[in-house]
Amino acid sequence: MSADPTLERIAQGNGLALCAAGSWTARFAPVLEKMVADAEKLRGSRPNIFIDVSQVSKLDTFGAWLIERLRRSLTDGGIEAKIAGLSANYSSLVDEVRRVKAEPAVQTRSVTITGMLEQIGRSVAGIGGTLVGLIEMLGAVLAAAGHVLIRPRGFRLTSTVHHLEQVCWRAVPIVVLITFLIGCIIAQQGIFHFRQFGADIFVVDMLGVLVLREIGVLLVAIMVAGRSGSAYTAELGSMKMREEIDALRTMGFDPIEVLILPRMLALVMALPILAFLGAMAALYGGGLVAYLYGGVEPEAFLLRLRDAISINHFIVGLIKAPVMAAVIGIVACVEGLAVQGSAESLGQHTTSSVVKGIFLVIVMDGVFAIFFASIGM
Amino acid sequence: MVGEISDAIIRVRDITVQFGKTRILDGLNLDVKRGEILGFVGPSGAGKSVLTRTIIGLVPKVAGRIEVFGVDLDKANTAERRGVERRWGVLFQQGALFSSLTVRQNIQFPVREYLNLSQRLLDEVMVAKLGMVGLKPEVADRFPSELSGGMIKRVALARALALDPELVFLDEPTSGLDPIGAGDFDELVRTLQRTLGLTVFMVTHDLDSLYTACDRIAVLGNGKIIAAGSIADMQASQHPWLQQYFHGKRARAVMG
Repeated sequence: MSADPTLERIAQGNGLALCAAGSWTARFAPVLEKMVADAEKLRGSRPNIFIDVSQVSKLDTFGAWLIERLRRSLTDGGIEAKIAGLSANYSSLVDEVRRVKAEPAVQTRSVTITGMLEQIGRSVAGIGGTLVGLIEMLGAVLAAAGHVLIRPRGFRLTSTVHHLEQVCWRAVPIVVLITFLIGCIIAQQGIFHFRQFGADIFVVDMLGVLVLREIGVLLVAIMVAGRSGSAYTAELGSMKMREEIDALRTMGFDPIEVLILPRMLALVMALPILAFLGAMAALYGGGLVAYLYGGVEPEAFLLRLRDAISINHFIVGLIKAPVMAAVIGIVACVEGLAVQGSAESLGQHTTSSVVKGIFLVIVMDGVFAIFFASIGM
Repeated sequence: MVGEISDAIIRVRDITVQFGKTRILDGLNLDVKRGEILGFVGPSGAGKSVLTRTIIGLVPKVAGRIEVFGVDLDKANTAERRGVERRWGVLFQQGALFSSLTVRQNIQFPVREYLNLSQRLLDEVMVAKLGMVGLKPEVADRFPSELSGGMIKRVALARALALDPELVFLDEPTSGLDPIGAGDFDELVRTLQRTLGLTVFMVTHDLDSLYTACDRIAVLGNGKIIAAGSIADMQASQHPWLQQYFHGKRARAVMG
């Protein structure tokens, strides 16, 4: 059944017969290709060359194409090489491949210096485009919010509550756990190093300021960008891929109002709550370590905390939270709507949503630090 | 109801498939003969796609036995299963083209995995396959998102045919095509069946397809095959659903 294929050359008068035999199938394609390439050199050597396929036991598209390829290269200026002995079973297949046009131009991508420069230029220009996109989305979301304020019936409460559950309530365990551990680590490191100066108790100052002012909110924002920002991008992206967003638009709904505004609102409400819970968990963790590892009594810890930090530290932390949430949300939604038709594109945009979200959150934190320092808060 | 056929390429015996408490297929028997085009019809939600997916191993069954090319798929080891999978091609309802690969890469993907061929031969055979399904070589470097619905079906068929399978499963190949496009597609399936000696298992809703493309028709109802035979047998059947299906307003329009 699966006899090895052969291609014998048999001289017939002043002509030449190429006798194909065995199974000309994809399995033997590498061998077949070599045989065909050898036989192609016979072009023009005899006035009359034909291909005899009567002994072929099995033929598929690959074999049929190779025979056709041989026939084409043997066809020499007006004298057409013929295929003989074709059985009825295979004639339609051979006819089918005969209709195939010449091979298509294979697109090759070459790496050149100009190409690389072009790539760099496009990336830089892309940054500008991204910024414009973010500002556009901010404007669109604000416009949608204004629209909803005028016409409160357009507000999607159910959707907002649903997203609030997803990004806030369900995030509580992981956020509390991670910030608790970070609080423990800060306290342990502080005590370990401050002890050399006999300044154990100052660990409370460090912990309070760091957690309430900087680390607490920043860490939670990064977690939210990774957890909820990516989810928003993936959701909106796959809706875009399946034309669900276009469907909304044709029904006269504004996708920004229906899909994005509830998500943004949920996120803006969620982040301060999570930042507050995170800060409490971190303080608790820090206090626990200070007691167990540093021997600082809880009463002493609380007293010191009251002296070391003012309400300002707490307010500074919480003011940042909704702004960071808005940045994360806008980046996630812009990336989600930028998804094209392919699964690869969805992956790319989800990645860049998280990366850009975290980057911008840290930039925002720096801007806030300068701002609060200059107004003396 | 289904007689033993000696050279059956697919042999399904007493298949039962259940989702939770809902029984979709209930002791179903079906044979597909070598070289035929079997049209598989039934009301929406009767489990036509489920049966197809059960045969190709995507849906687990509760009971029964499936043989394809004489290989019992439950008893087959990984290598035997691979061997069977290499000999069949599947056209999914939505095409299921790999969205991040071009048409060229989609068609070459299974070939590249299973066979060790030169790039030149891969490209030439890819063009031949595109030609067989009626597409021009120019579409080769497009992505699936840049194709029309009909083109997606054709490219998906070309991919299903990439390894020269002996058996192809078509899940509603003409749904979503205009009547002319659907007619062309039926013609295409017929031609390919003749040229490549294919056996075709076609789930369809399209009466035209049944009349023009299929050799035999099997009807699914209540989790069983309620009838199998030629189009004339179907028209003669007294089963109420068949009566309605083949003598309804649309059927009369097709028969002229």
